[in-house]
Amino acid sequence: MSHGTGGENTAGPLLEVAGLTVRLAVRGVRRAVLRDVGLTVRPGEALGLVGESGSGKSMTARAIDRLLPRGAEVTGTIRFGGRDIGALGGAELRGYRSHVAMIFQDPRAHVNPVRRIGDFMTEALRTNLGVTGAEAQRRATDMLAQVGVGGGPARLRQYPHELSGGMLQRVMIAAALLTEPQLLLADEPTTALDVTTQAEVVAILAELRRDFGLAMVFITHDLELAAAICDRTAVMYAGQIVEVAASARLHDDPLHPYTAALAAARPDITATRPRLRAIPGRPLSAFEAPPAECAFAPRCAHARDECRAAVPDLVTLDGGLSRCARAAELRGRLGEEADADA
Amino acid sequence: MPDTTAPVPGTAALAAGTAAPVLEVTGLRKEFGELVAVDEVSFRVPASRSLAIVGESGSGKTTIARMIVGLERPTGGAISACGEDRSRPARSARDRRRRGRQVQIVFQDPYTSLDPRHTALDTIDEVLRLHHGWPADRRRARITELTGLVGLDERQSRALPRALSGGQRQRVAIARALAAEPQLLILDESVAALDVSIQAQVLNLLADIRDETGVSYVLISHDLAVVRQLADETIVLRNGQVVEHGPTGQVLDDPRHPYTQRLRASVPAPGWTPSRRLAAGAASAEPPPGTELPSAAAPAGADQEDSPRE
Repeated sequence: MSHGTGGENTAGPLLEVAGLTVRLAVRGVRRAVLRDVGLTVRPGEALGLVGESGSGKSMTARAIDRLLPRGAEVTGTIRFGGRDIGALGGAELRGYRSHVAMIFQDPRAHVNPVRRIGDFMTEALRTNLGVTGAEAQRRATDMLAQVGVGGGPARLRQYPHELSGGMLQRVMIAAALLTEPQLLLADEPTTALDVTTQAEVVAILAELRRDFGLAMVFITHDLELAAAICDRTAVMYAGQIVEVAASARLHDDPLHPYTAALAAARPDITATRPRLRAIPGRPLSAFEAPPAECAFAPRCAHARDECRAAVPDLVTLDGGLSRCARAAELRGRLGEEADADA
Repeated sequence: MPDTTAPVPGTAALAAGTAAPVLEVTGLRKEFGELVAVDEVSFRVPASRSLAIVGESGSGKTTIARMIVGLERPTGGAISACGEDRSRPARSARDRRRRGRQVQIVFQDPYTSLDPRHTALDTIDEVLRLHHGWPADRRRARITELTGLVGLDERQSRALPRALSGGQRQRVAIARALAAEPQLLILDESVAALDVSIQAQVLNLLADIRDETGVSYVLISHDLAVVRQLADETIVLRNGQVVEHGPTGQVLDDPRHPYTQRLRASVPAPGWTPSRRLAAGAASAEPPPGTELPSAAAPAGADQEDSPRE
C-alpha cells in the first residue's frame, strides 16, 4: 500500500462525501451539476444510487473517482479512509484509484479495441503496483475464473470484440478487482445486459463483495434492482440527494414524494394497471433546477407554496433522510401511492 | 389480393380488424449462412391488440421485426400484413410507400435512427408530406398535435437530434412513426432507453393511441413489466424458436417452459437472490475461438445464453 488508507479509521466510514457541489461550463455558462451531495459508505457496505438521467448519479461517481471533466469547479470534501482525496495528484492519485475501482454501463466504450484482454487487465498491476508480467497474468486468469470466464490463459489473448457484452462486462469486473480495491463504483453495470445475464453479474458482484469485503456504490435507474442488492439506497434528483433509506423500506415506505412517484410510475410485472401513474413533465437536470426552491415541486402532487420558497434541507426521519419540506407531515402516506391501483 | 385503395388510417383498421388479423406470420424462417436466426415462427395480431415478443439478445426478435417491415427477406414462411403478402419485396415505389404507411417501426437506438440534420419538425413534416400529401397549414397543425402527444416542447421540436437526450429523441421517433397513421406499429425496445417517469408517460400514450386509432402493436422487449402493461399476448423466443405462447398474464404468472421460468426468476424484486447457477454454463458456452478447452469446461447442452449481441 502506497499510502495509509484508513488504517486508523477502520471503524469509521470508508467513503465520506460532504457538501459536494460541482460546477461545469454548460454552453458557456458555469452551472451546478451536483448540489450539496453528501453520502457515506461503510467498509463492505453496498449503497444504491438511483436517479433518472441528469440527476447527477454518474457525476457523483466520477467525482469520487476524480474523473470529472477538465475545468470542473469542485467544492465540498471527499474522504476515503479518512483522507481527503481532493488534492491528490500523480502517483498518489493512481494509488487511490487502485483502492477505488470503477465499472461502467458499456464496457465496449471503455476498452481499447486493439488491445488484448490480458494486456489491459494487467496494466494497473504491472505499472502501478510493480507486479511482474507472469504473476499479473496468473492473477488475471484466476480472477477471470472467479467471475465465470473460463478458458484459462487463452482468454488473455482474446480481443474485446471476440466477447459478448455479458462476457466483456465480467472481464471488466475482473480487471477492476485485480488491484484488490476496497470500493467498487459500479455505474449501471448491468443495464446493457440481458436479464438472465444481469442476474448472473449481480450474483457475481454479491459473491465477490463477500469474499473481498468489498464496499460498493451501485448506480442504477432501476429502483427495484437497487433495492434488491443494496443495503441502503440514495435517490437523486436534479443534482441533489433527495432520500436515503434502507433499501428494504424504499419501495413500500418512501420518505420523499419523488421516490414514491418513481415506484408508482414503474409498470408492475404481476399486474396490468389500468393506467400508469406517470410523473408529469420530465426529469430536470441539475443545471436547470431553480436555485431557491424544491426542484421536484413542479412535478410533485404534494407541492405547496412552502415548497417553492426555499430548497428544502435533508432532514432525518425514521432512520432515513428526506429532502422534503413536508416530509414529516406526509410520513407513512407516500407508500400507499405506489399500491393505490395495483 | 393487394388492397390498392389507401385505407383511411385508424378507422379502417377498426372496421377490418374484426375478421382478418392486421398481421399474420406463418412458419417464418430466416437463415444467415449456417445460423438459423428464426425458426418456424407463427403468430397473428388482431386489430387494436398487442403482441409482445420477449427473449434475450440473439433470440431472433429483431430479425422478425426487420422481416415484417421488409428490411430482411425471409428464407421461408409467410408474412401477411393488412391483408397483403409481405414476404416478397414491394413491386414499385408506390407499393413500398403504401406498405410503409401501414406498418411503422420505432427502433431501439434513438441515437442512430434519426437524421442528424433534421429537427423533429422537419422529420415529422417529411412523413406527412410523403404519406398524406397535406397542405402546409394542415401539416403544421398535425405536427403540433403529434409533438404535444409525445411530450416534446417548442425548443425540443426545433432542435437537431444532437441537442436532445435519448428519451427526447425516442419521442421524436415515436411521433414520426405515428405521423404515418399506421395500422401496425412495431416497437423494438422503443421504451427501454427512457427514464422511468417518461417511460410511464409513453406507455400511457401508446395505450391511448391504441384506444383512439385501433393501431396494433408488436412489442419487442426484454422488460417483462413493460410487456405486462402493454401486451395482450406474449410469445417467448429462444434461439429463434417460440418456446411459449399465451395470454401475457398466464405466461408471466404461470410460465410453463423452463426458459420462461428462468427469465421470470431473473427479474429483480424485493427479497430477490440472484443465482450464479448459470455462470459456469454461460462461460463455457463461449470458448475462445480456435482454442481447445478441457472437456470439463464445456458440459454437453450448456446454455447458449450470452450469445453475441445483435
